[in-house]
Amino acid sequence: MTRRISLFFTILAALSGAALLFAQDITTFITQMGGKPALAVVDFRGSGSQPYMAAFNATLFSDLQGSGLFDMRAKSLYPLDNPQRPEDLRPTDNNQGFALSDWAGAPVNASHLVFGYTAAANGVLALYGNVYDTRQTNPQAAQLLAQRYAGTLDDAGAIRVAHQFASDIIQKFGGAGSLLGSRIYFTSNRSGAEEIWAMDWDGNNQTQLTSLKSISIMPCISPDGSRLAFTTYAKGTPSIMVIDTQTKRVVPFYNQQASMNATPSFTPDGKQLYYASTAAGGSAQIYAVTATGQDFRRISHRDAIEVEPKINPKNPNMMLLVSGPGHQQIYQMNTDGAGVERVTNGEGEASNPAWHPDGQHLAFSWTSGIAKGDFNVFVMDIGSRQYIQLTHNEGRNENPNWGPDGRHLVFASTRAGKSQIYTMLADGSQVKQLTMQGTNRFPVWGIK
Amino acid sequence: MKNKRTLLPALALATIVLAAGCGKKAPAPPPPPPAPVASNPAPEPSERITQRAVISQFTIEPATIERGQTAVLRWTVANSTDIAINNGIGTVPGSGTRNIIPAETTTYTITANSPLGNATATATVTVTGPPPPPTRTPAPRSTGTLESRVLSDLRDAYFDYDSNNIREDARAALLGDLDALKRILTDFPNAAIAIEGHCDERGSAEYNLGLGDRRSTSARDFLVQQGIPADKLKTISYGKERPVCTEASEECWQKNRRAHFAAGQ
Repeated sequence: MTRRISLFFTILAALSGAALLFAQDITTFITQMGGKPALAVVDFRGSGSQPYMAAFNATLFSDLQGSGLFDMRAKSLYPLDNPQRPEDLRPTDNNQGFALSDWAGAPVNASHLVFGYTAAANGVLALYGNVYDTRQTNPQAAQLLAQRYAGTLDDAGAIRVAHQFASDIIQKFGGAGSLLGSRIYFTSNRSGAEEIWAMDWDGNNQTQLTSLKSISIMPCISPDGSRLAFTTYAKGTPSIMVIDTQTKRVVPFYNQQASMNATPSFTPDGKQLYYASTAAGGSAQIYAVTATGQDFRRISHRDAIEVEPKINPKNPNMMLLVSGPGHQQIYQMNTDGAGVERVTNGEGEASNPAWHPDGQHLAFSWTSGIAKGDFNVFVMDIGSRQYIQLTHNEGRNENPNWGPDGRHLVFASTRAGKSQIYTMLADGSQVKQLTMQGTNRFPVWGIK
Repeated sequence: MKNKRTLLPALALATIVLAAGCGKKAPAPPPPPPAPVASNPAPEPSERITQRAVISQFTIEPATIERGQTAVLRWTVANSTDIAINNGIGTVPGSGTRNIIPAETTTYTITANSPLGNATATATVTVTGPPPPPTRTPAPRSTGTLESRVLSDLRDAYFDYDSNNIREDARAALLGDLDALKRILTDFPNAAIAIEGHCDERGSAEYNLGLGDRRSTSARDFLVQQGIPADKLKTISYGKERPVCTEASEECWQKNRRAHFAAGQ
């Protein structure tokens, strides 16, 4: 147990390390303070835009909490009033709420105060958002963020500016990359056949991308979010199809003659696809082609089934794959086919390796230690082979995939019956169910 | 004597029904024969036929149809209890009608037998329209479509977990399939047979695509070694995407770990 916990912190520290690459001065400070920043987020009020403030405040709080970066201080502890503009701030206020010290001290104990307001101006909703460090006495030194945003004068506009403001706050505190605008691609049978679907990262705007009326599964998204490659039975045997995520049109891709071409994935530069093919007869082996299916070359020559090649985002010469001999395990291999080494320990069945953007960690699913077939999501440090388990005794949990922020994971789980798509933080907390209709599988997370 | 005669057809009928009920993949049983006339080879003395058989009507309306349309065959026969029409219609009562959908111009012949003299008559229906394109069912010598033959005549081969080895029972099943496969490929010379590889639900979907491919290929290679032409056998892996059974038990998993035959394109 102690080992697991220390492992957890090792990996969490490593993840924050990745975030540090994007860090600004504030992150160093937070790290020195030895904890998460404690945020007090007041309920914003609206001048002529009050009807939309419930949606705004819920979105802002939920985005900040969902980032996992902050210790969100409970609103019930707040003083009765709060500043709406920087000029409202007073040096002291006897805990009435207009002094930063009112928020820094007990019972709020916030390190940072998020405040502001919205107003309807010329038919537009304008948001004035501020973030102040409560422990600074000089207002100039305390100001971290003071930004104006504009949206449509309705709930949708209020939600949109809340997302943008939250995204800026998260980036200010060293959150690597933003989830704003990112999309999750997955498969669903809700229309009758298993088709490719897309949705916003929070589960909104679920839309069908293909109408092949076949079995279309195992999508992967290009690094720029523009193209999606997947495995489909639309032409009989399993083969690869590529579509444009915006136009939904099929992009030309040449499939080799084979009983199966499957489990494609883009290289980090988006210029090639690696996949599994039986083009040479025998077991499925790893091949690489250009993004249009030209110039294919065989990577490996092994007497074992090989699927799910995943190129390391920081080292284009190294990949992970799922293979035998024996029951399926995760292996690493150089892209010249050499240097084959088993990554998982040989127990149970392991699958679905997904690189963290840092190239040091992978999420995967594994049946180890539990009855066969009960997959759970794990995160492993590739260097030390140490791992932590993120899901426990709740159905099958498969196909974990990292969000662009490197802190969230999307995965498929049967915990509520049929397979559905969920997101969670990389420490296993804040699990959110995103799909409800039909059976939904194979999620991948694109930057758009 | 009288009892025995009525008992025997009843027993025979019961046997047919029972036999049809046992076979798992047997097609739906054919309708029972029209009892009174067919099961009566010798006329009852009481009918007292005193004249030779007379066919007073045997017509087809309309006389010309397009392919796929229905025509009506109509007949009236006197002085006979042993009446039959060819082209698959068989024994009929003394008068009646029957819908026919002939694929091409056909001449029907009715035969009425009587101890005092037989009678025959013919009627022709002309079928217009283009000839049908060559299909995968060009007048099969055995009955049934390609799909139904593949389904009823070929047995699946089953596998161990995470394995594509041909077990003893799979070997026996595939050897038993050889003759049926050859007959089907003879009756349907343009057909190809697809061998589907299936897996149980336990591994990952991705790995099972590879495993299903190994299973279908193993079965195909075995059959080719036994003399089935390789170009008549296609392989397709469904991984665990098309299970026949969805319970989480070994009994169910075993049903899904199989090489299954289907009519190919």
